[in-house]
Amino acid sequence: MTGKKILVKSYGCLPLTEDDRTVNGVNMKTFLEEVNEKINGVPIQRCYHCRKCTAGCPLAFAMEHNPNKIIKMIQMGKRNEVLGSSAIWLCASCETCITRCPNEVDIARMMDVLREMAIAAGVGAKEKNVLSFHQAFLASIKSRGRINEPFMMVDYKLKSGDLFSDMGMGISMFMKGKLSLNSPKTRDIDTIRKIFDKTKNP
Amino acid sequence: MKVAYYPGCSLHGTAKEYDQSVKAMSRALGIELKEIEDWSCCGATSGHATNFKLSVALPARNLMIAGRGDLKEVMVPCAACFNRFKSAQHHLDHDQALKTEVEAIVGQKYVGGLNIKNPIDILYNDIGLDALADKVTKKLAGLRPVSYYGCLLVRPPEVCQFENYENPYMLDDILSTLGADVKSWSYKTDCCGGSLTISRTDIVGKLVDKLMTMAREAGANCVVTACPVCMTNLDARASENLRLPVFYFTELVALALGLQGTATWFKLHNVDPVPLVSSLGLV
Repeated sequence: MTGKKILVKSYGCLPLTEDDRTVNGVNMKTFLEEVNEKINGVPIQRCYHCRKCTAGCPLAFAMEHNPNKIIKMIQMGKRNEVLGSSAIWLCASCETCITRCPNEVDIARMMDVLREMAIAAGVGAKEKNVLSFHQAFLASIKSRGRINEPFMMVDYKLKSGDLFSDMGMGISMFMKGKLSLNSPKTRDIDTIRKIFDKTKNP
Repeated sequence: MKVAYYPGCSLHGTAKEYDQSVKAMSRALGIELKEIEDWSCCGATSGHATNFKLSVALPARNLMIAGRGDLKEVMVPCAACFNRFKSAQHHLDHDQALKTEVEAIVGQKYVGGLNIKNPIDILYNDIGLDALADKVTKKLAGLRPVSYYGCLLVRPPEVCQFENYENPYMLDDILSTLGADVKSWSYKTDCCGGSLTISRTDIVGKLVDKLMTMAREAGANCVVTACPVCMTNLDARASENLRLPVFYFTELVALALGLQGTATWFKLHNVDPVPLVSSLGLV
């Protein structure tokens, strides 16, 4: 394992070492440990379930499992339910939870980690359009170095199949000259491509 | 003063009026902007929501380019870009192993030591309210804004280093200096739903309607922001009966300073702010 890294505020969790991952041929690593390792900061068992995160979460009303419940579910090893939930995709990364958590549990980072794990595990996203948006957004950066809003939206619409929403707004923005089809690109596109290739998740 | 300038993608597209009003304000207040050479996108929400290393490497490339120049202050008007820049800097400054890895990914050295600033911060702390007041030629009398900071300028506090993250006041004070009757409210830093605006428009509609309802209850006749994502959501996603004109704060600075361009920028808004400003005799 690499040494302790400070992310937002780290008190160092205790990740399993290479040696104790497997005992008697049994993989001992829990879902909780896996998530903690990826968060690489305050371990989420420091949560004492005051639910301040959830009280302040602007998206909790739309989630089937609120942020506090997600923490409990991780502690109970409910991998499939967590990675397959809408909640992890509805988190808007407003960071209110980490700002108010008395134990400095970085729930916003935890949500990022869970999304990465869901993609890596091939679970996909319960909120398919949210992931389609992210993919279209990143594809636009990869091809031009910068976002071109009209191209990105067309790509999103093809990926999501949500073809007709916002048509009126798009046309109105286009007429006003807010959307340009030939916005400037990053010239050093090779570096951008390299960044994408080298950070590609296995 | 002279600062490096990172416009970001939105300011060349849907937030054109923010870019133009930042530039007009800067010229009027003696802030010289030097655009970061061949900049690239910061990755925004989609970067960090799906790939941590990518989310550090994308802004890091811009920080590395800016770091090679002689300007140590970088103005980042977009709240989302500001947040990604601050966040990448935080990770790179605190995590040696990650820094080495990101340097290899981008193929450049990271020097650090840049001061990443939002124009609110520059206006308030570097220019100062007294100098701003001296330049006001048309008091924004009758304008009753609530200031809306949103999430990404202020959170997480130890990364963003913005003042009073639960109840910030810099933007309020700037608007008061311009002569506006700034209304107090409790929703300054509540979320508008951000990038869910495209994929879950229904949810963003609910969040924005709540903000507009509370702004109206506070007695506001407009909302002021410093974020292109908040602007898009507030301006385009509220229910018809709740809509209020929304401004970038720099547009109001330009209006109060009597600068050219406001008429062109206002045309780009979804909710036309002209009836309000002309009824108050401000245009």
